[in-house]
Amino acid sequence: MSKMADVIRKYQADILADWMKEIPDSTRRSDLISESEFRGQCTQFLRALEEGSRESERAGDLSAPDWGAMRDVLSEVSRSRVQLGFTPTQVATFVFSVKSPIFNRLRRELGNEPEVLADETLRTSLLIDELGLYTTEIFQRSREEIIRLQQQEMLELSTPVIKLWEGILALPLIGTLDSARTQIVMETLLQKIVETGSSVAIIDITGVPTVDTLVAQHLIKTVTAARLMGADCIISGIRPQIAQTIVHLGVGLGDVTTKASLADAFLIALTRAGLVIAATSAKAS
Amino acid sequence: MERIPILKMGEFLLVSIQVDMHDRLALALQEDLTNRISETGARGVLIDISSLEIVDSFIGRMISNIAGMARIMDAETVVVGMRPAVAITLVELGLSMPGVRTALNVEKGMDLLRSISAGNRVARTQRDARKS
Amino acid sequence: MTPANLDKMPVRNSGDILLVRQTVRARAVELGFTLVDQTKIITAASELARNTVDYGGGGIVLFETLNDGARRGLRLTFEDHGPGIPDIQLALKDGWTSGGGLGLGLSGAKRLVNEFHIESKVGAGTKVVITRWK
Repeated sequence: MSKMADVIRKYQADILADWMKEIPDSTRRSDLISESEFRGQCTQFLRALEEGSRESERAGDLSAPDWGAMRDVLSEVSRSRVQLGFTPTQVATFVFSVKSPIFNRLRRELGNEPEVLADETLRTSLLIDELGLYTTEIFQRSREEIIRLQQQEMLELSTPVIKLWEGILALPLIGTLDSARTQIVMETLLQKIVETGSSVAIIDITGVPTVDTLVAQHLIKTVTAARLMGADCIISGIRPQIAQTIVHLGVGLGDVTTKASLADAFLIALTRAGLVIAATSAKAS
Repeated sequence: MERIPILKMGEFLLVSIQVDMHDRLALALQEDLTNRISETGARGVLIDISSLEIVDSFIGRMISNIAGMARIMDAETVVVGMRPAVAITLVELGLSMPGVRTALNVEKGMDLLRSISAGNRVARTQRDARKS
Repeated sequence: MTPANLDKMPVRNSGDILLVRQTVRARAVELGFTLVDQTKIITAASELARNTVDYGGGGIVLFETLNDGARRGLRLTFEDHGPGIPDIQLALKDGWTSGGGLGLGLSGAKRLVNEFHIESKVGAGTKVVITRWK
């Protein structure tokens, strides 16, 4: 790789200029990225490319320390473009389009050594390909991370905790419960328990179609955590099918109070709070 | 070395743990509490951990020890103010503190201690009545 | 992966355990961990630091900030040259205790983190590596 590194060092300014011209508008997106920022990224890329290829003779073990600077540049380039709405192809093209300017300079330097030229061109091509693919990987992962964060935000917004009475909260769960959601639910409920000083929380699962071992375990963890804090949980809305599933799974609900309906659970909660519902005397006759 | 202050509130003792404790401090607290319970004949101990951001197995053990020693001296222990993040972590850690009751805050903790104390008084009265 | 940051601290006594907790907190906050995740990693670190002091005869902890391109993480390595653990599988089971403790330590800490790795050789020492991703 030393030939390519030499070529980059010698012709950096020219390669930079050609590369920036080479990049198609759809990848350049001057509407999203300023001239100076773009130039900065290209310059850093070339510098990192020279640094990384100076020592390694092979088309790159990208996890080696020599390529640290390059990995940083590509991470930065990739992640910023995910936010701006680029496509993976546009981001990869940014990298691939540096081949042409470099090949031109290689030809100029090694014109009279066709064997060496062919060799260097191949190695350079393979290396740039790897860098382009690496960029795509990062792009993918960044996108997935963003989606995950958005899902989390949605979950947080859709966990309403209702105050039924002084000291009594209700959390009606609707829809499927997966691990991530159950965790958010748990944290939100516990936080509300502290904020409202409620010693009883009713978790109603009428709207939950299926309960598997994982969900059951999460529910139990929630109840245990609430108990450690000094509050009691009652699980209501357990339909016959769910009751069967729980028994079949052999999941011990232990001494968690369970009730078929939210209304029954509310009554228990009131009793625990030392309250009673009484009819008003003498209906108007 | 500073020691954690123990307040007397009626027939109960209140301890508020507000610092990250190192071993010596934790041992000193256990010692001080045992002495104070003995001196005052306190019927209950309230441990306020609302300032603690971390409760590991060491602190858990300390609290269990305190509850155990208190019970031997006829006093109940209630831990109050555990933070949600701490509770979630303790459940994951698998730490339970057997023999330790909990309440959401100092006020509810006091209520709990009073009701336990009243219950004990009734039981004691009944027992004494049966003997005579 | 780029280990952006490598730091080392001694873990010899209970005062060091406090420092480890403070340092882990600072790093976790810097990395933007949620409150619950912070609490989990700090607690796990506290358990492992205590093991290092109580059973390992003292040792060190290494801090690494990780960055795999899409997410950042914190990796802690606890190392000691103590007696080592003869039966790791047994040690990882819930309820195991060798010192009369509550018998949690390793298995509990393992549940608090995303990645857990342990190596131990009797007479040579123990190394535990835990990682928590944001």
